[in-house]
Amino acid sequence: MTDTAASAQVPLVNYLVLGDRPHLVANQCTNCGARFFDRRNACASCSGTSFEKVDIATEGEVRSFTIVTLAAPGVPVPFVAAVIDCGGTSVRANIINTPPDPDHVKLGMRVRLATYSLGTDDQGTEAIGFGFEPA
Amino acid sequence: MAENVYILGITMTKFGKHPDKDTVDLGAEAALGALRDGGVTMHDMGILAAGNLMNASSGFGQQLQKQIGQTGIPVYNVANACATGATALRTVIMAVKSGEVDMGLAVGVEKLAGAGLLGGGGRAKSDAKVWEPSGRFGAVTPTDGRIGTDAMPGTFAQVGMEYGHKYGEVSFETFAKISEKNHAHSTLNPLAAYSKRFTLEEIMNDMMIAYPNTRPMCSANCDGAAAAVVVSESKLRTLSLEQQRRAIKVSASVLTTDPYEEACQILPNVNTLTRNAAKIAYEQAGVGPDDLDLVELHDCFATAELVHYDNLMLCPEGGAVDFFESGAPWRDGSTPVNVSGGLQSKGHPISATGIANIWEICHHLRGEAGDRQIEGAKVGLAHVIGLGSACGVHILEKSAV
Repeated sequence: MTDTAASAQVPLVNYLVLGDRPHLVANQCTNCGARFFDRRNACASCSGTSFEKVDIATEGEVRSFTIVTLAAPGVPVPFVAAVIDCGGTSVRANIINTPPDPDHVKLGMRVRLATYSLGTDDQGTEAIGFGFEPA
Repeated sequence: MAENVYILGITMTKFGKHPDKDTVDLGAEAALGALRDGGVTMHDMGILAAGNLMNASSGFGQQLQKQIGQTGIPVYNVANACATGATALRTVIMAVKSGEVDMGLAVGVEKLAGAGLLGGGGRAKSDAKVWEPSGRFGAVTPTDGRIGTDAMPGTFAQVGMEYGHKYGEVSFETFAKISEKNHAHSTLNPLAAYSKRFTLEEIMNDMMIAYPNTRPMCSANCDGAAAAVVVSESKLRTLSLEQQRRAIKVSASVLTTDPYEEACQILPNVNTLTRNAAKIAYEQAGVGPDDLDLVELHDCFATAELVHYDNLMLCPEGGAVDFFESGAPWRDGSTPVNVSGGLQSKGHPISATGIANIWEICHHLRGEAGDRQIEGAKVGLAHVIGLGSACGVHILEKSAV
């Protein structure tokens, strides 16, 4: 093996595209334009079965958020859970790289996609997560 | 011609901790109570619909029959998240309305005392040794806490915050005041799990669960059961005058799910399906929001109650904060909301909730609510939301007899 183990990366979810310009992709219904982040059997809006990949804007606006201070066992708190409006497509994500309090996280705040390491597994693969940080 | 339907008998158990009773015991207590209240027996029932979410695959309805009467009637075991009780009731209502049976029993029960946080699955103690994609999103590790929150307090916190973003920011204090109202109302309800009044400061300074919901602003997990006997109008007319006098007319019975909208698979949209259910219910009943003498709505969190003032059209669109600040939803206001204390203090034994809120309305319409009676109540509305989502809305009217 010539590849160094450290170069192997895997995204937290399959709709996160890594590389020079990390971004999210959605499955867009070719009939009605509805967008979904998971694999689809059919469209929830029009029942169409044809989809194409579309890139999602990496900047957006916080449409809603909460600061979670009590979570299920094993989930580190506090964290900010939010809904981000990325150019008309809603995205579920955490707000990161800013203190998790209502003085620093505001409705309508401009944010941009950011990635971070979740750690390296036993095979040397690094998992990369994403969140949105103040723009 | 579909039959008019009435609630003939209805009851709820004390909500709280029942360590000495199992799920079947609690369900049996409510079922036998409802039959007794209606002056009928299991042998009069043509259908049983039974709701219990925590043991949804256990055949709870048949277990119940074995304790209170195995008469051979069809049992529908239903599960529909927090709308399970309303779904059981609606199942019986549909059967009676269709003319297939003239009487039926709906039961909802849950043992939830000490259940803790609902919705978040949590993670294994340590992450996997090998990052391997799985599931519909190809996630290499659980996403709760990394991509938003799966737990209920934070989900419904975002529902309230989103309302603020859409219509003008809602303060933490306003949400806390809604909780202050419901806890104040609960002091008059002997069946509530908690009936302690809190000051606004106590509510705001209590443990934060998911901003802006502190602990007293979250529904209380507890044990409880509720049951109702539904009867057709033609059957009711053959019963005693006393039974006819206490019977409550079901003017509307509606169940909806969430229609597709942008973002609805990102944050559950609890608004549109409630608004749709309310619209259909008002049409069916031929009444409007102004005609309601009291409303029991699904305040699973203080942040949820606010948006449902709007969704049930108790106020003009976007006017929920003004509606609340006017004092309207207090028990002496123009549209009393959650005079039972609501889920935040009465408690939320999931499958019981959608029948217990009907019981609360019936109690007032019958004039039997004692210290917390809303005087002269003639029309009431009960609403529940089960996340996922399902919404039940029932409108009830005092019997004309």
